[in-house]
Amino acid sequence: MRLLDPTSELNPEGRIPQARPDSVFGKTIGLLDIAKPRGNIFIDRIEDLLQQKGAKTLRYSKPTFTRVAPVELTQQIAAECDLVLEALAD
Amino acid sequence: MSKFQLYVKESCETCKLIEPLLAELFDQLDIELVSQDNPQFPPGFPVIYDESLELSYRAEIEIVPTLIEKDAQGEVNRIYGWDKEQWQKIAGFQFAAELPLFRPGCGSRTLDPGMPEKLAARFDAANLKSRRLEFDADDDIEACFDQDWSDGLPVVPPTQVRVMRMLAGTHRDPQEYIGDVPPDYGRCTIEKIALNAVLAGCRPEYLPVVIASVEAVLEDEFCMHGLLATTYFSGPMIVVNGPLSRAIGMNAKGNALGQGNRANATIGRALQLVIRNIGGGKPQQVDRSALGNPGKYTFCFAEDELGSCWESLAVEKGFAAEDSTVTLFAADGVQGIVDQKSRDPDSLCRSFAAALRVVAHPKFVMSSDVFLVVSPEHERVYREAGWSKQDLKDRLTELLMIPGSELVAGAAGITEGLPQSFAEKVMPKFREGGLSIVRAGGSAGMFSAIIAGWVASGPMGSIPVTKRIIV
Repeated sequence: MRLLDPTSELNPEGRIPQARPDSVFGKTIGLLDIAKPRGNIFIDRIEDLLQQKGAKTLRYSKPTFTRVAPVELTQQIAAECDLVLEALAD
Repeated sequence: MSKFQLYVKESCETCKLIEPLLAELFDQLDIELVSQDNPQFPPGFPVIYDESLELSYRAEIEIVPTLIEKDAQGEVNRIYGWDKEQWQKIAGFQFAAELPLFRPGCGSRTLDPGMPEKLAARFDAANLKSRRLEFDADDDIEACFDQDWSDGLPVVPPTQVRVMRMLAGTHRDPQEYIGDVPPDYGRCTIEKIALNAVLAGCRPEYLPVVIASVEAVLEDEFCMHGLLATTYFSGPMIVVNGPLSRAIGMNAKGNALGQGNRANATIGRALQLVIRNIGGGKPQQVDRSALGNPGKYTFCFAEDELGSCWESLAVEKGFAAEDSTVTLFAADGVQGIVDQKSRDPDSLCRSFAAALRVVAHPKFVMSSDVFLVVSPEHERVYREAGWSKQDLKDRLTELLMIPGSELVAGAAGITEGLPQSFAEKVMPKFREGGLSIVRAGGSAGMFSAIIAGWVASGPMGSIPVTKRIIV
């Protein structure tokens, strides 16, 4: 039996996640608010905890939670941060 | 010097009729005789036996006999059937054989039932770019389940013959690029849409509707990625307008939102399978819906525009009544409205407004768009009172201005609600343009339907998108 493939035939490339850092001390950590209600409350608390551990934090937000982050934003975060945390809240 | 080809089959009486002429043709012309069904027909002449029908298929023969004249550049003349005057004209001499002036031809074997797609699969399948997969399994439907191509119901296995038959439903090039389907942004062509239309059980004439639906959901303002990924109930719903909806037999009348009509059922399903198979959008993966809704199998119906006293949804959107369109809406399920007693339009509006008030949550405003599907017996109330669709929308908008004191958190003992800063305001239930009205349904029953939309309706989420259907 021979059938045609109805999928996009994508062949995802397997990538190994980067190793977790031993410490956040001295690291620059991006905090990305996806623009859902009360995301700021969650991120405020995370930011407080990270700063207590000696991390520097930078805040970012998506224009809307309904769409993927604009490429410019992901590039900016990649350029400015060592790590990123993305917060989903409601 | 012209060359000629004559396509015949023995089972055609007109082809037999011209046998007495053949000696003259061979004598006077540089001619090839192609027989579709018998290497010995016509007897006594050199015959090219087109057993595979490849010659006839490539030459796009529709009728036998067909006489073709070619010069060095290619085909210059083609005559279908027997027409003595025309044949003499392109042959360039007067025929001696005694023959009637005119006889219609017969259908070419290439057009026998089921044959066009078999020939297309045999001779043109190389144009299909999709990967061929070989299976040992003896149950092709189970093989499709194993590949994870199904929405949970059996699918029609996409063989080459079925795909070629489906592609005959559009004039568009199979390799035309339509866009990248979220969430994986898989590359989508007409061919890939046709494959999923096969899976869904579509007839070829539905394919243009499926293609237009895919084009609509890929518009940025429809926000298909977010709609797929949301934890909310919603999925894409298709409303079809225009003559094509009737030509392909869509149901706009009794049970229009329900089961039982192949076009309604399979067009909506094909769109969902495109998102699943080309986009990679699957439940409990990137599709994060907490509960989903049954419309995520399929949700497609036609507006009953011929029976309506109102302009259609498509005409409201600026299309002509002769245009065929799809309108895509990020929809939840169906909520019924019963009103069997109202005979004046304002009373019925108040019923509609009371039911619309609770979309998503009685305290939510300007979050979900909505479709109101008005049944014929409810539409009659407005028809008899001379109300336009806009009159109905305007009145509903008035009735759905809600005091902020009812909307704020804590009101009515409900923690959910807007911030207290809204307490002194009056808020519209739906954003401007967020209420759409169509007419559909059976002739009996004073019931209309609310189809609520995604709570992220509007420019920051999804807005309805209308596209013209291109055949």
